[in-house]
Amino acid sequence: MTDTQPLLSVRDLTVTFPTKRGPVRAVDSLAFEVRPGRTLGIVGESGSGKSVTSLAVMGLHSGAEVGGSIVFDGQELVGLGERALNRLRGRRMAMIFQDPLSSLHPYYTVGEQIAEHHRVHFGSGRAVARRRAVDALAEVGIPEPERRAGEYPHQFSGGMRQRVMIAMALACEPDLLIADEPTTALDVTVQAQILELIARLQEERGLAVIMITHDLGVVARVAHEVLVMYGGRAAEQAAVDDLFARPSHPYTRGLLDSLPRLDDSDDEPLRAIPGSPPSLLTPSPGCAFAARCAVAAAGSDEERARCETERPPLDGPAGHPVACHFPAYEGIAS
Amino acid sequence: MTTTPQPLLRVRDLAMSFPGRRARSAPVRAVDGVSFDVAAGETLGLVGESGCGKSTTGRMIVRLLEPTAGSVTYDGRDISHLSQRELKPLRKELQMVFQDPHSSLNPRQTVARIISDPLMVQGSSAADARKRTAELMELVGLIPEHIDRYPHEFSGGQAQRIGIARSLATGPRLVVADEPVSALDVSVQAQIVNLMGRLQQELGLAYLFIAHDLSVVKRVCDRVAVMYLGRIVEIGPKERVYAAPAHPYTRALLSAVPLPDPAAERARERITLLGDPPSPAAPPPGCSFHPRCPKAQAICRTEAPPLRVATPGETRQVACHFPEAA
Repeated sequence: MTDTQPLLSVRDLTVTFPTKRGPVRAVDSLAFEVRPGRTLGIVGESGSGKSVTSLAVMGLHSGAEVGGSIVFDGQELVGLGERALNRLRGRRMAMIFQDPLSSLHPYYTVGEQIAEHHRVHFGSGRAVARRRAVDALAEVGIPEPERRAGEYPHQFSGGMRQRVMIAMALACEPDLLIADEPTTALDVTVQAQILELIARLQEERGLAVIMITHDLGVVARVAHEVLVMYGGRAAEQAAVDDLFARPSHPYTRGLLDSLPRLDDSDDEPLRAIPGSPPSLLTPSPGCAFAARCAVAAAGSDEERARCETERPPLDGPAGHPVACHFPAYEGIAS
Repeated sequence: MTTTPQPLLRVRDLAMSFPGRRARSAPVRAVDGVSFDVAAGETLGLVGESGCGKSTTGRMIVRLLEPTAGSVTYDGRDISHLSQRELKPLRKELQMVFQDPHSSLNPRQTVARIISDPLMVQGSSAADARKRTAELMELVGLIPEHIDRYPHEFSGGQAQRIGIARSLATGPRLVVADEPVSALDVSVQAQIVNLMGRLQQELGLAYLFIAHDLSVVKRVCDRVAVMYLGRIVEIGPKERVYAAPAHPYTRALLSAVPLPDPAAERARERITLLGDPPSPAAPPPGCSFHPRCPKAQAICRTEAPPLRVATPGETRQVACHFPEAA
């Protein structure tokens, strides 16, 4: 299962933005791998650094300082020039976003936009590129692809636009697809269609996928491995079954407890996490979650001081990597 | 529909047509004959996908919109066509909470001003209003000392608490909450859901809770109405609708919600609907769900099914020619 070489290997990734109020570290010491045919789910809330991470992998941060190492298929991307990056971006790794309408050009037909992609990366002629665009639309399940290729983005519904984005992303047969909240703006019945489409294409082509989402349900449906982010750092990393069976970081546990779900009784109030996600402008020297953490709150003064001042390393006594001084193991749980 | 002697809110055959985009194009029937009751102290969940008319319905009930047909009866009085002046005394009792807390709060006003405005409009003195504002802040879990701060100084969850405090200022009996938690971070949603539950208990509020998230609605409501293309396709007690959905659309909707449980997700049988919801400007003939319905027959293409009790002895109603057997 996991004996293939990782396609993408990220080590010690840091992303720092210079701002008027001093540098802001949006991503700190992150490490993960993605293998062909597998899906890594990156879960987090606003400010967790999940989207910044994906943009860093694509080399799309102008102005930010990216440190650490991002190795894609044996090639180091950190410090790579624009020209070299352009040969990879769109061709070998592609990205889709939450809002397809703002990612599509309103003045060009959908077919032209997909075809252009193909011409840039493969130098194909107009006719070939257009043929390929129609094929790509057919492949993502757009009815009457021949006719639809001649239409403009505003003539497509939200779900169909996201299919167009996927068609465009996959037209050059990339090896890695990064999907940043691809279904958040869509209705739940359309979300199901899009997730199924991505899963089918992954199976057919052995795509590696990074699925960035705030929705633990989506992660449970599509991911093989999961990275939970909080305040720009990894809180917990595990195989999907392991994460849901043995959530060990108080944040992960808190998220799962606070979630209203279809499959539980509604008798007890939800166990809400107090407070709000932290501001990156005033990072804590200790654990970013300490101020909201039930485990820290229940600890002794010394224990709490440790959470507030000492950053917990990401290590694995719980069976998978957890960044917590007092992780909950199976048995000791709550 | 429950047949309580006199519900707090009674909605009958409510409809809203917006003029088409071009002069000669057909009007868009955003809401097309919606009926339901909300009893005092009860929560009715109104769910559906984008464009189904759930927000328009909510806006007609608080009379931000005037319905083009049908009636809204609040506490025994038909308010569907009252003038703004006639509505003013009712505004105390009928309030609304919006989706995006930051865009629904004036950025240039302090919290004191935002929350006390409805009180001043209803005739409170400035001193009384300020005192009441501090109490309301306490009630919704805000720190009363923050009364002179501006909305941008609050997080999303806190801003939504301000919106809720404002809606409660005049002591309403019915609050229409339009997607009150969907713009919030997951870890903050539960706080607001619990807060709304506690306030309902303490103040005896009735809610019309409008949302697309079926898990949240299941949590907060007593009864639930499912809308599709401007109509209610199923309405009934939450336990029945969620445990044994009778309309094929309700079934598909529930089966599409991802569960935060990988093993359950793998074991689950999903009904994937084809296509997108059609445009309310050109609704399909017959049952408007038929083009996407896995069980559609000939009659579904020509005849719109009425909303009726499908299982004898139940209060749940379904608009389907071939409802699922309970």
